[in-house]
Amino acid sequence: MSGFFKSSIGRKVSMALSAFFLMFFLLQHLSINILSVVDPDLFNEVSHFMGTNPVVQFALQPVLIFAVVFHFVMGFILDIKNRKANGSKYAKNNGAANSSWFSRNMVISGITILAFIALHFIDFWFPEINTKFIKGDWSGTMPGVDGFRYHEELVHKFMNPIRVVAYAVAFIFLGLHLAHGFTSAFQSVGAASLRKKLEKVGIAYSVIIPFGFIFIALYHFFNH
Amino acid sequence: MNLTLKIWRQKDANSKGQMTDYKVSEISEHMSFLEMMDVLNEQIINKGDEPVAFDHDCREGICGMCSMYINGEAHGPDRGVTTCQLHMRMFKDGDTITIEPWRAAAFPVVKDLVVDRSAFDRIQHAGGYISVNTSGNTQDANSIPIAKEAADTAMDAATCIGCGACVATCKNSSAMLFVGAKVSQYALLPQGQVEAADRVQNMVAQMDLEGFGNCTNTGACEVECPKGISLDNIARMNRELMKASV
Repeated sequence: MSGFFKSSIGRKVSMALSAFFLMFFLLQHLSINILSVVDPDLFNEVSHFMGTNPVVQFALQPVLIFAVVFHFVMGFILDIKNRKANGSKYAKNNGAANSSWFSRNMVISGITILAFIALHFIDFWFPEINTKFIKGDWSGTMPGVDGFRYHEELVHKFMNPIRVVAYAVAFIFLGLHLAHGFTSAFQSVGAASLRKKLEKVGIAYSVIIPFGFIFIALYHFFNH
Repeated sequence: MNLTLKIWRQKDANSKGQMTDYKVSEISEHMSFLEMMDVLNEQIINKGDEPVAFDHDCREGICGMCSMYINGEAHGPDRGVTTCQLHMRMFKDGDTITIEPWRAAAFPVVKDLVVDRSAFDRIQHAGGYISVNTSGNTQDANSIPIAKEAADTAMDAATCIGCGACVATCKNSSAMLFVGAKVSQYALLPQGQVEAADRVQNMVAQMDLEGFGNCTNTGACEVECPKGISLDNIARMNRELMKASV
């Protein structure tokens, strides 16, 4: 089986498997974040559970980090190999005649998402790791805030219009990435019939996920 | 029709090529693209220059030899045709047409528009066949029942003429549509089952060795394929390789 993952097809399959995990993660992330709009108290409860549950923190979180790193590193490795295989460029190449822009430029949308993840980590993940693992504060509270701090922190971040615009742009690129990536993942694992059946689901997913996150950012910006 | 042609000229595999402009006149809209190239070459020969080298053979869309990248597309702007089946009526009087060879590291240019596609031959040699002993005891093929759908899908895969348009079109120069078709045409039939695991493993290994890129499922190959080979064949190849590897 190790030989399989060294082959070009094996690498594509591993990209698809990490993509499936990341797409499931995005869905659960949006499901929790949307609670910050509909029920802030429930959002705080769920956030505290996710932030302190040992299974989530010490089992799922490392898997998530591995999946993110693997997806990006393998994506870049494949892109470098593909550029090498491509040889010299055509004087005239009409790519739009046979494929979508976003399917041909997954690396561009991928780099944009990578830049966003860096910003997102600086905004939320690093402070969270600092609070819990360096300061040792697992209470989920902060001075001046009644109850848990998560909703307050989220709202505070989206008071900055530059951050809201940056998030919106990044999520549009995420949508473009998903518009091709969703069905592409099924094709890579050999599920061609599922790829065709889930085409509309893929379009819906690639619209709902990014615009859901954009809606949350805009909601908190305009309401606080 | 009077046309301006921008054609890739390259003396040999080791020389540096460049785009060269030509004017060609009195082209009938009923001519095939290759006939237009013949007219151009007559003009060039009459001037005492070296004609443009290009691959061609059957000129009826079967052999897969004619390999030109025309106005940014493999086999030109028409769909489901090879270059020999492309008619000049697809262009307008006064048009400028850009003509280039297939571009891929695994398909090096030999001369002008001629590329070396022997990488495909080596992939075929790696497993694109059935080692049936035909020394007198072969079973009548009609005695082996095969589902109509499987037979039709295998036949569709077998219509691949190995022209290389999939590689030329793919932004990654991936050969997976070609290899997928060659794997599928056997994988779908009982005669191909015996050697199925070795076939897909050896053909994919040879494909990787030849330096073709990875498939990123843009679907461009399927659109530009003159025989309409489906992306389903790539998915089937992926399944076959997974099955063979566990």
